[in-house]
Amino acid sequence: MADLKQRIDEATGTSTVGHEWDGIEELDTPMPRWWLWTFYATIVWGLAYVILYPAWPMVDSATRGVLGWSSRGDLAKEMAADAKRRAPTVNAIAATAITDLPAKPELMQAAVQGGGAAFRVHCVQCHGAGGAGVKKLYPSLTDDDWLWGGDLATIEYTVTHGIRNPDHKATRTSLMPAFGRDGILDAAQIGDVVSFVRTISRQEKVSASSSRGATLFADNCAVCHGAGGEGGRQVGAPKLTDAIWLYGGDRDSLTATITQPRNGVMPRWGGRLDPVTIKMLSAYVYSLGGGEKGLAPVAEGAGADGQP
Amino acid sequence: MASPEDLSGQSAPLYEARKGVYPKAVNGPFRRFKWAIMAVTLVIYYGTPWIRWDRGPYAPDQAVLVDLANRRFYMFQIEIWPHEFYYVAGLLIMAGIGLFLVTSAVGRAWCGYACPQTVWTDLFQHVDRLIDGDRNAQVRLANGPWTAEKLAKRVIKYGIYLAIAFWTGGAWIMYFADAPTLTADFWTGQAALVAYGTVAVLTATTFILGGFMREQVCVYMCPWPRIQTAMMDEKSLLVTYKDWRGEPRGSVKKAQAHPGGFGDCIDCNQCVAVCPTGIDIREGPQIGCITCALCIDACDRAMAQVGRPRGLIDYCTLDDAATEKAGGTGQPIRKTLLRPRTLIYFGVWTAIGAAMLFSLGQRTRLDLAVQHERSPLFVQLSDGHIRNNYTLKLRNMETRPRRVAVSVSGLPGAVLWTDAGSREKAGQRIELALPADSVTSVKLFVAAPAIGPARQDFTIGTRGLDGDPRGDSDIIQFDRPEAGQ
Repeated sequence: MADLKQRIDEATGTSTVGHEWDGIEELDTPMPRWWLWTFYATIVWGLAYVILYPAWPMVDSATRGVLGWSSRGDLAKEMAADAKRRAPTVNAIAATAITDLPAKPELMQAAVQGGGAAFRVHCVQCHGAGGAGVKKLYPSLTDDDWLWGGDLATIEYTVTHGIRNPDHKATRTSLMPAFGRDGILDAAQIGDVVSFVRTISRQEKVSASSSRGATLFADNCAVCHGAGGEGGRQVGAPKLTDAIWLYGGDRDSLTATITQPRNGVMPRWGGRLDPVTIKMLSAYVYSLGGGEKGLAPVAEGAGADGQP
Repeated sequence: MASPEDLSGQSAPLYEARKGVYPKAVNGPFRRFKWAIMAVTLVIYYGTPWIRWDRGPYAPDQAVLVDLANRRFYMFQIEIWPHEFYYVAGLLIMAGIGLFLVTSAVGRAWCGYACPQTVWTDLFQHVDRLIDGDRNAQVRLANGPWTAEKLAKRVIKYGIYLAIAFWTGGAWIMYFADAPTLTADFWTGQAALVAYGTVAVLTATTFILGGFMREQVCVYMCPWPRIQTAMMDEKSLLVTYKDWRGEPRGSVKKAQAHPGGFGDCIDCNQCVAVCPTGIDIREGPQIGCITCALCIDACDRAMAQVGRPRGLIDYCTLDDAATEKAGGTGQPIRKTLLRPRTLIYFGVWTAIGAAMLFSLGQRTRLDLAVQHERSPLFVQLSDGHIRNNYTLKLRNMETRPRRVAVSVSGLPGAVLWTDAGSREKAGQRIELALPADSVTSVKLFVAAPAIGPARQDFTIGTRGLDGDPRGDSDIIQFDRPEAGQ
């Protein structure tokens, strides 16, 4: 400490600390007294905080603090507050028949949003984000073609009861025979049916093969798919005259489908989700762009077990 | 506690108590100027939220309102939306450059006249004089014992401090809600907790900073004095004690006894007595000098009394100080103010202001933002057409409901409909009703023939149908399945 050269600085009248680095010296200006009190105040604040709030780390957790505050408790409070905030809307949706939802735009919008949240949890695994579907596996829910029907009540029924759940009586079910695998039709006949199906969907011109196929179609397929291939929603038989092909519309895909159909399965959600969530899910699916306005004639046109 | 004793053996205090400052009342042109600025700034601060401004039934009628809950900023006929926050950024830049301009021209004028800390400190010092009397009485009272009179005066004075502080804190929250409603709610206990909290915090800061901290804020807390030191140059105006004229100091009697032996400074100490930060300007420029110029008023009065010319303490640049010291005369004030540096600052400041005014005049109050839905990018429709989904965000920034049309162009054969419509009734154009002063989100479906490029840009546009046909448009992509998909 031999290099200390403490002196009074002329310009300020303040003593220097005594250090000197390349001619730069430091003034020993006293700190203001209030700064010291501010410093003591922060210590008091810190002590109070440690007593009131979780602070001191222990082996497996921290001291709890006398206020009993926790971030988990905050979350629970927020969740409860949010549930309380949403309760009137949820109750209103529960009390409204699904077919009456579109007449109440605010309720419909809330249902679509709630349904979207549920969809992202329960449905995207197969139907994809936004209901885009997966080619050759799961149907798109955004287009204007429906296997079992696309109005609100029908969608709600499908979501509630699922498709082809063998242990559930009310489930939507049907079975397309495996024409190729079970030897109902031989390879040539299947080729003719493929030609006919591609003719009615305007992918091929009429040919000798398609003419033979027309007869085979009338005998084997028309009972479900309709005489002109217009489909049958009572049994989930797809329309064969449009541009939408779940399992592909080219010759190879059609041949594969007729030889060994997939008969796709969807779980029923009736037991897993509450009715309001299912209602909201249905509203969401309906809103994706393909929702059908017409109310399903539930009484007369319904299937054998009351399916809309 | 470690102390300098360890190093030097000398005892220097680590901490220093605030020395009381009891500025004497003074009158003069600068004092009157400060009165005027104090009156104007306080009236603006306390009064602005109470000005009404009719905007019709769909918007608040408060002239200046920062509506945080609804994310709107109203300033007379201007309404700013959150996405137009760059106007506020522009104002802040103008404020910054304005400070550069003022500092380079007239030094720490902001500190001396317009800074809230200065204005409120000035106000509280007037309260001191009102209750305790002028400088000498204040010093006597402060040093005297705690008598009943002193106690009474302190209670009254701090009561007035508190009233001013509370009023100041209360005025602040009026900028963030309808002032009459909030006032009623505040006194009936119905206002938001944050309103009471804000008033409490601002009351406390005003009470402490204005009533007790005063010049300590300027000297120890505020960064601006330090920044200003870097902003000033030898042509900036400074409150200067002209030592070449004043020194050596001596009373009138001494000067009469030794003609020619003394300067003009009669060492009356008035410049120190009136200083609100308690400094001696004769020691030269220093961080504690906020250039309020009250010492100029005090010195001019003293000079007038002894019959000497005014301006022993005066606004003076460093350049002029050197010239005058050498016997010359300084430049006229006009030349000090008008020089390249100040003119460039002024030019930039004006250009930003003009650009903001221009863009304010040009902005349309109907705005469209289109988002292409990504999942799915496109939907195969049963009749072979392709549908794309979009989310439209339509901003109606006028305070009236509007009717607008949305249409597409550049996509042959396209039709559009919303989730409220249907494809059967779809056409080239849809009409929408937009509520006043709000963002409307619309799900838009656009269907077009499958023949066409896999990715095609087209335009979605909107325009007003109710008098003002101006609108907005967005170029966005239409996707189709690629060959083989």
